[in-house]
Order: sequence, then structure tokens, then C-alpha cells
Amino acid sequence: MHKRLIEENLNQIRDKLLVMGGAAEKAIMLSMRSLDERDSSLAERVIREDDAIDVMEVELDQMCVDVLVLKQPAASDLRFVVSVARTAPMVERIGDHAVNIAKHCLVLNNEPQFDAGLDLTRMSTKVQEMLIDGLDAFTSGDPEKARATIEKDDEVDSLYDLFYSDLIAAMGRDPSLVERGVQWLFVIKHLERIADYVTNICEQIIYMSRGQVIKHSVW
Amino acid sequence: MSSLWWRKLVNRTMTVLTGLCAVLAVCALFLILGYILADGIRALSIGFLVNSFKPIGEANSGIANEIVGSAILIGVGSLIGMPVGILAGIYLSEFGTNKFGTLLRFLIDTLTGTPSIIVGVFVWTVMVHPMGHFSALSGAVALGILMMPIVARTTEEMIKLVPDSLREAGLALGAPRWRVTLGVVLRTAASGVATGAMLAIARIAGETAPLLFTALGLNYLSTNLMQPMGSLTVRIFYFAGSPYEEWHNMAWAATLVLVTMILVLNIAVKILARNRHQQA
Amino acid sequence: MMTDQLEPLEEDEDMQSRGSTSPAVLQAAEPERSIPRFSVPESEKEHSRAPDKMSVQRLNFYYGRTRALKDITLSVTPNRVTAFIGPSGCGKSTLIRTLNRMNDVVPGTRVEGVVELDGENIYASGTDVVTLRRTVGMVFQKSNPFPRSIFDNVAYGLKINRLTKSRSELAERVESSLRAAALWEEVKDRLKESAYGLSGGQQQRLCIARALAVAPEVILMDEPCSALDPIATQKIEELIVELKERYTIVIVTHNMQQAARVSDSTGFFWLGELIEFNNTEKMFTKPDKQMTEDYITGRFG
Repeated sequence: MHKRLIEENLNQIRDKLLVMGGAAEKAIMLSMRSLDERDSSLAERVIREDDAIDVMEVELDQMCVDVLVLKQPAASDLRFVVSVARTAPMVERIGDHAVNIAKHCLVLNNEPQFDAGLDLTRMSTKVQEMLIDGLDAFTSGDPEKARATIEKDDEVDSLYDLFYSDLIAAMGRDPSLVERGVQWLFVIKHLERIADYVTNICEQIIYMSRGQVIKHSVW
Repeated sequence: MSSLWWRKLVNRTMTVLTGLCAVLAVCALFLILGYILADGIRALSIGFLVNSFKPIGEANSGIANEIVGSAILIGVGSLIGMPVGILAGIYLSEFGTNKFGTLLRFLIDTLTGTPSIIVGVFVWTVMVHPMGHFSALSGAVALGILMMPIVARTTEEMIKLVPDSLREAGLALGAPRWRVTLGVVLRTAASGVATGAMLAIARIAGETAPLLFTALGLNYLSTNLMQPMGSLTVRIFYFAGSPYEEWHNMAWAATLVLVTMILVLNIAVKILARNRHQQA
Repeated sequence: MMTDQLEPLEEDEDMQSRGSTSPAVLQAAEPERSIPRFSVPESEKEHSRAPDKMSVQRLNFYYGRTRALKDITLSVTPNRVTAFIGPSGCGKSTLIRTLNRMNDVVPGTRVEGVVELDGENIYASGTDVVTLRRTVGMVFQKSNPFPRSIFDNVAYGLKINRLTKSRSELAERVESSLRAAALWEEVKDRLKESAYGLSGGQQQRLCIARALAVAPEVILMDEPCSALDPIATQKIEELIVELKERYTIVIVTHNMQQAARVSDSTGFFWLGELIEFNNTEKMFTKPDKQMTEDYITGRFG
């Protein structure tokens, strides 16, 4: 096999998506740390650095369109480019959810501490793992890894349900906690949404490698 | 820089040299035509063209019957030699890729190189002798045999020049092979085939030896194929070999007439068979 | 061949959390479009059950001792475009020429196997090849009009097969063929002029008109656009898509994008073998064979 012209374009697209994914990972990690350590400066950093993720989404979109018109990819190349074009906005939304978490952190830091005894680290670690595994699976085009990652979403959903009821219970017992409690509800919701996006990314991976469309289907 | 100058010099020299040689070749033609014109025009007159042969000393001698005779001999000869030659050429080009074709081609080429006098003797043996007399028909046969291999070979070459794509186009429309060969291929090759026919006619128009053994000659006008017939070439031979100056002049004039006839024939066929549709 | 029934699915739940009953206010503001699922319209389903217009069964083709086609089996669907793709020398031109027995004129060729037209083997002894070639017409790579007028070119097939009874009928047939080939408007005022005066693209459409004049059922096209500029190519491609309503078309092309643009089914050939034969969309998005994938993505040297 020889080096095809399109390889360079595909490599550039892949690299940029990884950089974007890495930035989103970092944003989640920093925003969770800001919650843990009640550090507003970290939260502000997350909010600032989101612009870079938005810019990369636009760039990736343009790169995909360019490749489609200039190189007319077919078969696996085509599925790759289409998948990246669909995945980039999802990564950008993940970044946005991280920003939202940071914003809730800023609100919480103005109030006395309250964490309702939630072991959020369990949830956030799981979500971050999912994102890392998902991006790995994208790079290597590994449908098995993608499938395994999708299955982890169930665990995230159970944790979400658990924490949700704990928070409702806590707010029920002590109404003065409601404003802070609602912020925490938003935070766990954002984490759960991030996991959903990772699931969608993994569905794209399966399409990319096998040509199977598995959206909206039950496993 | 000097190599450039040298190359230019060589280029120039060769261009001039080749041009000169071409002119030289044509010069020979012009010289011949010039001589014929100059010497022939003296004895040329309307009377010369319409009168029959008269013995020396008598007035109003002419070559009328020889003009008619040559025309008939060439005409009938073509009628015999051309169809056979064209069909043979078609066979060779369309079906002659096997060993039989190669053999046939070789034999035809041999026939092309056969001295015309031998053909004349042959026709004498198979026609004149059994018939008991000379005849225009046997003359025409001899001329036909002489022209046939030329027509065959040039037809074959011209047909080979027709691109296969035209044959395929015809076949793909549901035309049977013979139809494609005659209607498409031959029609496209027509002007080339006509040129070949012209070459053949030019050859036989100048033949004298075979006619001596077959058509002989006649001193009066006749169109009877079963009798001997006069021809320009034989008459020119007769005039030129005589001791009379008057007949020498008439020989030149007859030569002029012969050359003119061939020229006119050439032009006519070229016009008739021209390619109306030239590939861009 | 666009599907014209799109059944919207029930409201998508993918973007909502699974299994939880969270109030609307807590849901992220994600307006979700319902994703339509393509359903195969009834007419398409019937079509794929229609009998093949032509079929090739275990075809082997020999040039002397060389086997140029190995065990080819495929079918040509009526009123559809079937494309053959593959690198040079893979046998696709040889195969298309077996469909109207044009290879018969090449000495030393041998055919084993069956090629059927409407269920009858065209290689059976006693087949009238002349009629076959009227039913299965052909357009060649380099346009090859006869050295005659435009009118005479189109009329040639009609005249030799004596398909028309009068001069006016002949003129009508010529006009309708030229119209069907999208050439009438351009040449109607110069029918008596030489065909060689036309441009390359026009000459090719003239050859198509000439083939259409004898009312074939199948039209074979051997790389019809390879000698043409992009605009002329586009015109012919549009013509092909129009023509398939009335005719069945088989096209050989070395241009994969052209096969993707015009064909409904595609066969990929390599060194005389049929590697894959598939629906065109499937072949170009997710082919079954790795070799097809490598060829389509340009991984062959």
C-alpha cells in the first residue's frame, strides 16, 4: 500500500479531534476539582478555556467539508469523515456541560458548604473514564471498546438516580438547603448528560467501523 | 552557441537538399511532358483525331480507331480486372489473416512482377490460339490480368486503413458481416481504392507487348470484340519504328493524346471518388 | 431511485436520561429532531423481484489459452443501470462485449458458460446474432460515427434492417431517436451535414441516437465518457439516468465516481474475477469485501 493523498487530511482531522477531546476531558476534571476544593479560580479557568473548544469545533467542521468536496472519500474514509462531523459538536456540548458545572460551582462557593454526603467522585470518575475510553475507541476504530463504554452509561444512570433521591430527601428534611441542593441537582444532571453524549459518540464509532447504524435501538 | 549555429546550418542544408531532389524528380516528369507537348503538337489536329489510319502518302491519316480501340481495351480490361481485384483485396484484408491468406498474398505479388509480355504470350496460348484469330477480347483479358494484382493489393491496404471502430459500429447495429464490409468499409475506403484503380489503369494504358500477341491492330474503325482491335500504344510503336518522318511526328502526337487521356481519366475518378466526409 | 416514503419514528428518547423521571426543567435544552428511518417503498420491493433482463452464469472466457474471465455470475435488472468497475485489464470490457457477442469477431476466442437474455441463452447454437445485436445495442469508448451525414448515421440501422416503410416514417424515427439522445435541438437544422462536424460529446450522443434508432431493449456502454470533457460527460450521465426508464443499461467505467453517480448496481472486477456485486450505495459506503474497500479508497498501488 502506498501513501494516499487523503491520508494527510484524515490524520489532521483525527489529531484535531483528539486535541478537542483532551480539552473537554480537562474541562470536566477541572470543574469537578473546583467543586471539590471550592476553588473559584479553577471554575473561571474552565469557563475561559471553553472558547478554544468552540473554535476547534468550527475548524473541524470546515476540515470535514473540505475533505468531502476535495477528495471525494468513499467507504471507510467516508464513514470516518461523516462520523467526525457528527462527533465534534457532541464534544463541544460536553465542553459546554463542563462549563455549566463550573458556573454552578461559582454559585455554590458563595454559600456555606453543603455536599449532602454525595460521593460525586464515583460518578465523575466514571464519566471521565467513559470519555477517555470513547476517544481511544474513536482513534483506534474499536467497536468492541465502544460497545463496552456504552454499557457503562447504565452505571452512570443508576448513580444519577441514587444521588437524585438522596438530594431530594436532604432538601425535604431541611428546606434551607434547597437553593444549594438545586445547584447540586443541576451538577449531577450535567454529568449524566455528558455520559449520554459519550454514548452517542460510541454509536458513531460502531457506524464508522462496521457501517451499522445503531442509533435509537435497544441493545 | 556554436552547436546551435551548426544545427541550424545542417537543418537549412537538408531542407534545401531535399527540396532540390524533389524538384529534380518532378523535372524529369516535366521534361518528358514538355517534349511530348512540343513534338506532339506539330502533328496534332482535329483531323488527326477523327480520321482513321491511311497508308503513307495518303492524306487525312489519323488515329481515330486507335483512340476508340484503346478506350475499349482499357474499359473492358477494367471490367474484368477491377471487380476481381477489389473482391480479392476485400478477401485478403477481411479474412486473409491465416496461412492461406499469406500464400495468396505472395502469389498475387508474384503476378504483379510478371513481365507483361509473358502475360501476353499466356493469353495467346489460351485464347488466341484456340480461337484461331486475334481479338480485342483477348487483349482486354490480358490487360485485366495485368491490372488485377495491383487493384487487389491497394484495395487490401486501403481497407486495412479503415479503423476497426467503424466495423464494430456497423456490427453492433445488427448488420451482417458482408453488409458492413461492403456498405461501411468499402464505402469509407472508396477514394483510396479508386486511387489504386487509377494506378492500375495507368499501368495497362501504357502496355504494348501483350497487345501485340492478343489484339494486334486494325487499320479501320471497329468495335467488334471478337476481331483484332487497334490501340494507341501499338500504333505508336508502329509509327515510331517506321522510316517515315511524317509517321514519327504522328507518333509524338499519338503519345500526347495517350498521356492526355490518362490524365483526364485520373482527374475524373479522383473527383468522383473523393471523400465528402473528412475526419476532423 | 429516491425513496419517497419516510416514516418518522416515535419521539427520540436517546437524549433524555434513561429510566428516570426527572421534571422537564432539569432536562438540558436539547431540541431533538425525530430521526426518520428509510423504508423501502412497495414499488422497489416489487422491482427487485422482477425477472432479470440479462444474466450471466458461470461464464469463462478465453483469448486463445488465456482465461480472461473466471466463473462470472451476475444478473442485470431491467430498467436499471448496472456498472462494471475495476482497474485496466480486469476483464470488464471483455465481459460487456460478451453480452452482445461482439467478441465473436475476434479470432481465437472461446466462451464457456451461459449468458441469458430474457431467459434464453444467447450462446446457444442457432442464435441469430444479427437480431441479438439489434436488441442489445452498444456505444463505444471513442465515438465512431460513419463518414456520412448526421441523418444517414441515425438512419443506417433502420435502413439495413428495413425497419421503416416510408421516407416520412424514416425521418420520424430519426427525429425521435435524436430527441431521445438529447441531440435533436442542436442538429435539427443541419441533418445533412457530416457527422464529423460535431463535437466529441455530440458525436457520442449521435452514436447513442444511432443505437436507439433500432429500438433495442438493452444498451451497453463501454466507457462512453472517457474521451469527453466534464460538461459533455455530465450531459451523457443525465441522459443515462433518463434512458433507464425505457431501457436497461450496462456501463463499463474506470471512473468510480461516475459509477456512484449513475448506477443502481455495481460489480467490481479484478484480474478476470468478479470480486463483489452489490447495490451501489452499499458498495460505496460499506462494501462486503476488503478488496473492494481497498480499491475504492485508493489503497491499491
